[in-house]
Amino acid sequence: MSTAQRRLFLLAGVTALVLALAGFLATGVGKDHSIVASPLVGKQAPDFHLQGLDGSAASAVGLSDLRGQVVVLNFWASWCTECRIEQAVLDQTWQRFRDSGVVVLGVNFQDAPGDALDYVAAAGSTYPVVADTDSTTALAYGLRGVPETFVIDQAGQIVERMIGPVNAERLSSRISTLLAGGSR
Amino acid sequence: MHQLGQVGLLLGLVLSAYGMTAAAVGARTRRPGLVESARLTAFAVLALMITVNGAMLVGLLTNDFSLRYVAGNSSTGTPTFFKVLSLWAADDGSLLLWNLILGGYLAAVAIRFRRDRPLTYPYALSVLFGVQLFYLILINGPARPFALLANPPLDGRGPSPLLQNHPLMAVHPPFLYLGFIGFTVPFAFGIAALLVGRSSDDWVSLIRRWTLVVWCFLTVGLVLGALWSYSVLGWGGYWAWDPVENVALLPWLVATAFLHSVMLQERRGMARMWNLVLVIGAFALMTFGTFLTRGSVLSSIHTFAESGVGPAYLAFLTLVLLGGFGLVAWRSSSLREPARLESVFSREAAIIGNNALLLSATAIILLGTVFPLVVEAWTGDQITVGAPYFKKAVAPVFLLLFVLVGTAPLLPWRATNRQRALRRLRYPTVAAALVAVGAAAAGVRQLETVAGLALATLVLVTNAQEITTGLVRGRRGGRRGALLRGRRRFSGLAVHVGLAIFAFGIIASSSFAQQTEVTLSSGQSAELDGYRLRYDGLTTDEQPQRTVLTSTVTVTSPGGEPHGVMRPALNLYPAASEPIGSPAIQRGVVWDLYASVIGLQDNGASATFRFYRNPGVNWLWLGGLVMALGGVSAAWPRRARPRRGRQPVSEREPQPEPESEPGTDLVDLGVS
Repeated sequence: MSTAQRRLFLLAGVTALVLALAGFLATGVGKDHSIVASPLVGKQAPDFHLQGLDGSAASAVGLSDLRGQVVVLNFWASWCTECRIEQAVLDQTWQRFRDSGVVVLGVNFQDAPGDALDYVAAAGSTYPVVADTDSTTALAYGLRGVPETFVIDQAGQIVERMIGPVNAERLSSRISTLLAGGSR
Repeated sequence: MHQLGQVGLLLGLVLSAYGMTAAAVGARTRRPGLVESARLTAFAVLALMITVNGAMLVGLLTNDFSLRYVAGNSSTGTPTFFKVLSLWAADDGSLLLWNLILGGYLAAVAIRFRRDRPLTYPYALSVLFGVQLFYLILINGPARPFALLANPPLDGRGPSPLLQNHPLMAVHPPFLYLGFIGFTVPFAFGIAALLVGRSSDDWVSLIRRWTLVVWCFLTVGLVLGALWSYSVLGWGGYWAWDPVENVALLPWLVATAFLHSVMLQERRGMARMWNLVLVIGAFALMTFGTFLTRGSVLSSIHTFAESGVGPAYLAFLTLVLLGGFGLVAWRSSSLREPARLESVFSREAAIIGNNALLLSATAIILLGTVFPLVVEAWTGDQITVGAPYFKKAVAPVFLLLFVLVGTAPLLPWRATNRQRALRRLRYPTVAAALVAVGAAAAGVRQLETVAGLALATLVLVTNAQEITTGLVRGRRGGRRGALLRGRRRFSGLAVHVGLAIFAFGIIASSSFAQQTEVTLSSGQSAELDGYRLRYDGLTTDEQPQRTVLTSTVTVTSPGGEPHGVMRPALNLYPAASEPIGSPAIQRGVVWDLYASVIGLQDNGASATFRFYRNPGVNWLWLGGLVMALGGVSAAWPRRARPRRGRQPVSEREPQPEPESEPGTDLVDLGVS
């Protein structure tokens, strides 16, 4: 083999190896670590009946009352920075889908009522928010921290659990599939 | 601050792009003016990086929560000291520090070569600018530390509780970064050497010196990381084979291999290509490590949350691998040299063995680190590879390596004089055998432990003996400068002594540690290794940023005398769902007594503790310090500076290669 041939041969080998490695590693990059495997996915969502943030009976919400609609259940707190980051996405989702059978429901977690109300007023969010004052709902959902978001289908089954700020595209595509009648 | 930061980063990006182009074009078209302009640009880039880091620091110190980074990683209650540390407590901010350190290395190269201009220099400068350009693209695009929050909170979340729990956070990351990022310089000169393509060796001592400096930083960074883990995490250990720890160790192993094999090239003109492969490999592994841990590919305690930087890191890694090893393939025929190995019992052979073993260890650790990825890509299952794999697979390799470190410094270059080497091996072997017999007699039954202790003794005695005989001979011969002249050799031996101390620490702490986990009501005692530990209740301390629950544990020594009070604590941070522990440690020359609280019941009426008796842990820090000091001593510039003429290094006369007769080998002689 001549020097030039050897050289080309080696170069081609190195290129092939590197590209194979890069291709393999790319499979890892695409992974979304915010979607967590959870034993709750595919199970019936634990029911709850919680007071609104203002404590009035009129603003109370029960999950079973929302059967037939897609529910985006978002655990949050006013002291949580990531919750502020995802706030706009949640509100847009609510505005976009509220007339098509979707409810975005905020669940306030371990918070001072005053702080939570101030936060909602400042952020200008319009979707309903309830207070999980004794954290029993958070326990039932196995909350790891805030923010954490569960997507519940029309039949009341949890279809997805997202940890950290929600991803706008992923959330709306998941909702669209559910509305179109697909489940997974 | 937001605007200052954004503009500074953008300007830095533009200047780096200019520097990269100007240096390369200037070198190709032989226009020194252009290269000089690139050299001066380096200082501008450094100044900008200092400015943007300053801007973030001001944001942190003034509680500017409109900056997302500040809101997410600092709070009004955070003590000032930890506000400063928040600069590198999360991904985006640490990229600022990363760019600053890289800018510092860039400027250091610009200063170092203000007069000396080897042929490789402009190309290396261009590569350095290129790497800086990548990290600036990253921080201007996918990662944006100066991003604003539309709806700023009144108070921030505070730094991650684990990272604001101990002052070691102030030094561990910067040292690790100095080590990590420093590999850019040897890499840049390696690439430059391949581009220039002359089979001259002028880059060798240059790369060696820089690699030594970087190696020292990384050694200190790794040891500090272990010290942090031991002092903060409360599990009684210091190294968990966590992916992030592993990927920091990989470039260190490869750099160590290079620092040995570079001697083959300096003294014998061997292994040119191989050395370039190692230099490029160390940088590629560093890049791979950052990709793995920051590109959100692997989860570990070190992974930073959301980050869209994965694809960017992957593209850069691909470029580094393709460019680096592609160039190696391209030049491989012109840098080829015939292997001339005269004897298996020579220093050359030992160094080749050293490289084979160090790279085997690298491969084993790399495999264990990426194996979960492979499995997940293949079957979709999520698995983890734990410490038992690493311990089992790596231990034999390191034991073999110790055989080499304990004998190779006695072997002469080239020829064999087996008799001489064997004679000098007498005391070390006897000592090692005595330790082995002693350990076995004392009831140590694990073969690995006995072998490890014996081999660490071999390493210690051999290298210490070489240092002392060298000193004695130097004095007897009336050569006052003997130590200085042979400094490079003595430094290497000192690093080996440090390694032996370090090894004793690892073997002792992993083989002879004792622990117990108990729940004690107030007034109750537990016993560990003869020590009585009595739980004496809980005190609560409300601090602005956290609540500290401190338990009091009164210790009585085996003899019945009081042995001090330990105060392990639990810290409650508002943003953390779980309490963060602060272990209490009574450090001793041999034995540490280590206590951590892992749970409290009934408002502290009872508490669950984990107590450890750890031997030899402090030898790790001592050994690490000795190794780093040895490295510093080897890298320290010689008093007689090389000529600073206009003559480029490449045209200097090759330095005569000291012929090594076994007899003079002791007071060798660095060709440094």
